[in-house]
Amino acid sequence: MEKLRYERPAIKKLNAGLMNKFGTRTEYAPCTHIDGVAVKDLIKEYGSPVFVISERTIRKTSQNANRAFKTRYPKVQFAWSYKTNYIDAVCNVFHQEGSWAEVVSIFEYQKAIDNGVPGNKIIFNGPEKSVADLEQAVNNGSFIHIDHFDELYDLIELTGRIKKKAKVAIRVNMDTGIYPMWDRFGFNYETGQAWNAITKIMASEYLELEGLHSHIGTFMLSTQAYSIAASKLSDLAVNIKYKYNKAIHYLDLGGGFPSANTLRGSYLPGADVIPSIDDFAEAITSTILNYGYKTEDLPLLILETGRALIDDAGYLLGSVLANKRLSDGRRATIMDFGVNILFTSFWYEHKITPAQEFSQHTEDMVMYGPLCMNIDVVRQSVNLPLLNKGDQVVVHKVGAYNMTQWMQFIAMRPKVILIDMDGKPHIIRENETVDTLRSMERKPDYLKKFKL
Amino acid sequence: MKINKNIAISESGFIFNPGTGDSFSTNPIGAEIIQLLKDDKKPSEIIKVISSKYQIDGPSFEKDLEDFYSQLRDGSLTAYE
Ligand SMILES: Cc1ncc(COP(=O)(O)O)c(C=O)c1O
Repeated sequence: MEKLRYERPAIKKLNAGLMNKFGTRTEYAPCTHIDGVAVKDLIKEYGSPVFVISERTIRKTSQNANRAFKTRYPKVQFAWSYKTNYIDAVCNVFHQEGSWAEVVSIFEYQKAIDNGVPGNKIIFNGPEKSVADLEQAVNNGSFIHIDHFDELYDLIELTGRIKKKAKVAIRVNMDTGIYPMWDRFGFNYETGQAWNAITKIMASEYLELEGLHSHIGTFMLSTQAYSIAASKLSDLAVNIKYKYNKAIHYLDLGGGFPSANTLRGSYLPGADVIPSIDDFAEAITSTILNYGYKTEDLPLLILETGRALIDDAGYLLGSVLANKRLSDGRRATIMDFGVNILFTSFWYEHKITPAQEFSQHTEDMVMYGPLCMNIDVVRQSVNLPLLNKGDQVVVHKVGAYNMTQWMQFIAMRPKVILIDMDGKPHIIRENETVDTLRSMERKPDYLKKFKL
Repeated sequence: MKINKNIAISESGFIFNPGTGDSFSTNPIGAEIIQLLKDDKKPSEIIKVISSKYQIDGPSFEKDLEDFYSQLRDGSLTAYE
């Protein structure tokens, strides 16, 4: 007689009437396939853990965001925020969808150039730009978003020396009703600092003021904050037109739209509380359209949306290393991935589902990563079926920031796989090996030998 | 380890402890083990029964059985020996 499928015995107390803080959400509907490819095959072929990105989801999300803005406003341009996920293959899906590049370092700038983005379709943000970096950007006709006065003076000096025009914008920070205010980047609106910078640019021979930029925060839950940002930038634009008779070519509202992830400590799942991309589009475009620009002066609207365009497309597949019972009776499950590669578990209660069928019985557990470090907690409390050693799980919505902020700490970074539009997987980033590290280290001769 | 013989267990795995008023649910294999415990089966016998019926080897199951015992103790479903 064939033996029955085994499931570990478990027992759960039923709290009649009282709802367990975490008990409302069960996540055990299994996720066995991603874009038609079996999770178990992906792990078999590429190892565990492994990041998987759905090209189909990127394109769908990007097209939806374009639709939301372009059906409301005549001139819209997205620029892919490289730091959110700068794996070349991912960037190029966005570029194929029409996105420019938005970079915040010369390293990212070089990546964009290498990917084939024309210099005049790169937006160069951030507080760190050396004179050599600026020179390269000027020569390529990129849009330089000035962050501080020291950079502004560097640029005035540089362009005067090489006698070349630079296309610039300033980053403006402002009170949008969101606290803490991100006032460390750019020039402040309320104190007149921004206007002061604009005056200096207008007076300089070689700086061409093309746009005004703001990025008011990340994972913003308020559409109102974007209306305020759009109207403060518009106020500057209209004043520039009035004082200098110059129409500003673009307003760049930055990124910051939330993804459908659930923030840590939030009682409601993210998808239930975040405004849609249409809500943000409506808030921004209606503010600009109603601001009183002349039709011919209506600025191009640039968006540097990051996480909202890529989070959904990313998955992390992993396996159970072990189960144990903690001294207070809670169950703990140890996974083969932790905060080293899933940085966003510090912010989010990531949705995690098993990758194989289970019975309806579930249990609450702490989910730990494999690091020998107390901070390595993937989920403080998650309700999942009875996972056994070797079982596989899928972590959802991990496309943003993890594949750039991950760290090589204790363990190596895994492969990243892209599933193309035909359901074919491609390796788009190799895993690290001990050789990767060896190739970077140098041992002075006198430290090569020892006796123990 | 001995189970509290007063507890009621239904076929669907619903457990009621009349002593405390607490109720629990367990999965089918849990219900089966509780039944074996009620019949005073020793751990070695339980391991034999389960590992011959399910796709699990004895040593692996022993680990899970230990854990199940601790869950029963946490739920005050065991009897004082
Ligand atoms: C200047 C700038 N633009 C765009 C982004 C992308 O932001 P998000 O991922 O929140 O959309 C960031 C990220 O912090 C940023 O600093």
